[in-house]
Amino acid sequence: MAVVFDKPHALCDVPFHYCPGCTHGIVHRLVAEVIDELGIEGKTIGIAPVGCSVMAYDYFECDMIEAAHGRAPAVATGVKRANPNNIVFTYQGDGDLASIGTAETVHAAARNENITVIFINNAIYGMTGGQMAPTSLPGQVTQTSPYGRDPKLCGYPVRVCEMLSELEGPEYLERVTVNSVKNVKNAKKAIKKAFQNQIDGKGFSLIEVVSSCPTNWGMTPENALKWIDTNMLPYYPLGVYKDRSNKEGK
Amino acid sequence: MAEKVLMKGNEAIAEAAIMAGCRHYFGYPITPQTEVAAYMAKRMPKIGGTFLQAESEIAAINMVYGVASAGLRSMTSSSSPGISLKGEGLSYMAGADLPCLVVNVQRGGPGLGGIQPSQSDYFQATRGGGHGDYHMIVLAPASVQEMAELTVKGFELADKYRMTSMILADGTMGQMMEPVSLDFDIAPPPEKPWATTGTGMKRKHNIINSLYLKPEELERGNFERYKKYAEIEKNEARAEEYLTEDAEIIIAAFGIAARVSKNAIDAARKEGIKVGMIRPITLWPFPKEVFKKTTSTAKRYISVELSMGQMIEDVQIATEFKAPVDLCNRVGGMIPDPDMVLEAIKKAAKEVK
Amino acid sequence: MAKLTFKTDLCKGCGLCVNACPKNVLKLSQDKINKKGHHPVEAVNEKDCIACAFCATMCPDCIIKVER
Repeated sequence: MAVVFDKPHALCDVPFHYCPGCTHGIVHRLVAEVIDELGIEGKTIGIAPVGCSVMAYDYFECDMIEAAHGRAPAVATGVKRANPNNIVFTYQGDGDLASIGTAETVHAAARNENITVIFINNAIYGMTGGQMAPTSLPGQVTQTSPYGRDPKLCGYPVRVCEMLSELEGPEYLERVTVNSVKNVKNAKKAIKKAFQNQIDGKGFSLIEVVSSCPTNWGMTPENALKWIDTNMLPYYPLGVYKDRSNKEGK
Repeated sequence: MAEKVLMKGNEAIAEAAIMAGCRHYFGYPITPQTEVAAYMAKRMPKIGGTFLQAESEIAAINMVYGVASAGLRSMTSSSSPGISLKGEGLSYMAGADLPCLVVNVQRGGPGLGGIQPSQSDYFQATRGGGHGDYHMIVLAPASVQEMAELTVKGFELADKYRMTSMILADGTMGQMMEPVSLDFDIAPPPEKPWATTGTGMKRKHNIINSLYLKPEELERGNFERYKKYAEIEKNEARAEEYLTEDAEIIIAAFGIAARVSKNAIDAARKEGIKVGMIRPITLWPFPKEVFKKTTSTAKRYISVELSMGQMIEDVQIATEFKAPVDLCNRVGGMIPDPDMVLEAIKKAAKEVK
Repeated sequence: MAKLTFKTDLCKGCGLCVNACPKNVLKLSQDKINKKGHHPVEAVNEKDCIACAFCATMCPDCIIKVER
């Protein structure tokens, strides 16, 4: 019998600590599959800062670094500058990348730092129990926006790909999601391209993965995937926001 | 003896760092340490190194964290307000047992303070500076020569003990020009099998981490780190003694304060006052033993500082409160002059009569 | 002929695989509870499986191996 699907090698054979139905697991697997397919596990360094995925160092077989909240792009800059032959990726959540680490994100992109950034946008702080994130939607109820996010009080959510696409620096910015088989396959293509760009020395690639947080959204895993379609994607449209090599960015 | 070159303190640090094998410097502009960055910006591209002006002090220390994770010698430099911003990174470096060199060319505070010399980051440096239980090795140069020598030493100690070394200088040390000999014996850095350089599919993955959710594990890590600190306290404490043998009064001073005090001591000796000085070269570990052995002869101590009295607490602890310790200080960018120190010596001399 | 293998004890019973399956091969067990305390997935119609691996594609915990 031929194996059609199995756990990728770059993913450790250990259980994830994520909640049932959390899409972090899917994205972890996609990253690991890409690492396998590109044959880069032995020279890849992953960096996971504070957030739900802070313990990603236990989940990837490649060398891993845990970083302070928001600082992964700076750490990645150091690692890449130290050993340019390493393939360096960061794996960051929305609070991390778009709030406390905004400066590190913007400037790594502006420098076109030759790294790959996987950005999980699930519109909430998951690890600390469901607080309002920089990407929480207007009206979204969270622990710290119990009456719904009021843009008059706390502003509007940050669209990271759109914001970064204004910069001259970055090579490739794409927003994907993982709420269906088709979308998962597209997400993998984007992630693979983001790693290939680094191998080719093209520079900064960021893949924003619109993700779910069933626990803190207070939904079943299946309904959370539907909520991505009905609520997240209208505010965060999928697509390529910048692609210097193909010049097909929006 | 190699020939001497005339250098600014800040430049001496930068050149010594390069000699010690540092090829990755990250910084952010702040007075009065900017010459370190400017020197690195000129030199690094010519020797295949990296100079990168980071978007913030926070980013700079985290870039250092990245290079240190990759097993290479790296440094950043700043001045007091910038060091506060680096506090987070310094704590993470300690928690992940990463070696690096950090330079603090201190200026007066608190807040934005001023740009003139100060020693008021003593507590911040010797107690760790960031959150959690940890120390840095803190080196206090008192000449441009020492700015260079202690930079090399700092890298060596950082690698030896897998922790941060800090050069705690001040604006005068940074700006002062003196002849320097850059003739160092520099040992190659040790092997770093723990570094994240890629598994090469030949070993289990390395992990750089400071997160331990199981309290037993976190406690164990802290205990082990403090065992290492105890070794360092035993082996690495250094001080210069000046006329302490017969001294009834002993001045404690480091950096620029020590240079000023030396003049005052010479003047006081001419007046027949038995006064000497202990100049800590390592502020952490504090040279406790050097102070302790003077308590049989010395009757009074004077801590000369450019702060509101910070090192004085370490002097009291090291001398086990056996003799009074006076404070002779200026702050805010002001520097005690030899006359002021001489007055303090004379006042102390009356007390010990 | 397809074969599905589950790491049953790692299943969190989220059901994303069940919904992804176009052939109604899978369901969450009603009577079994795994080590994690979840009702794990099981194949109730394995003969209908076409080895499309949609289930494994959506599984966040990477517990499904698909062979053909």
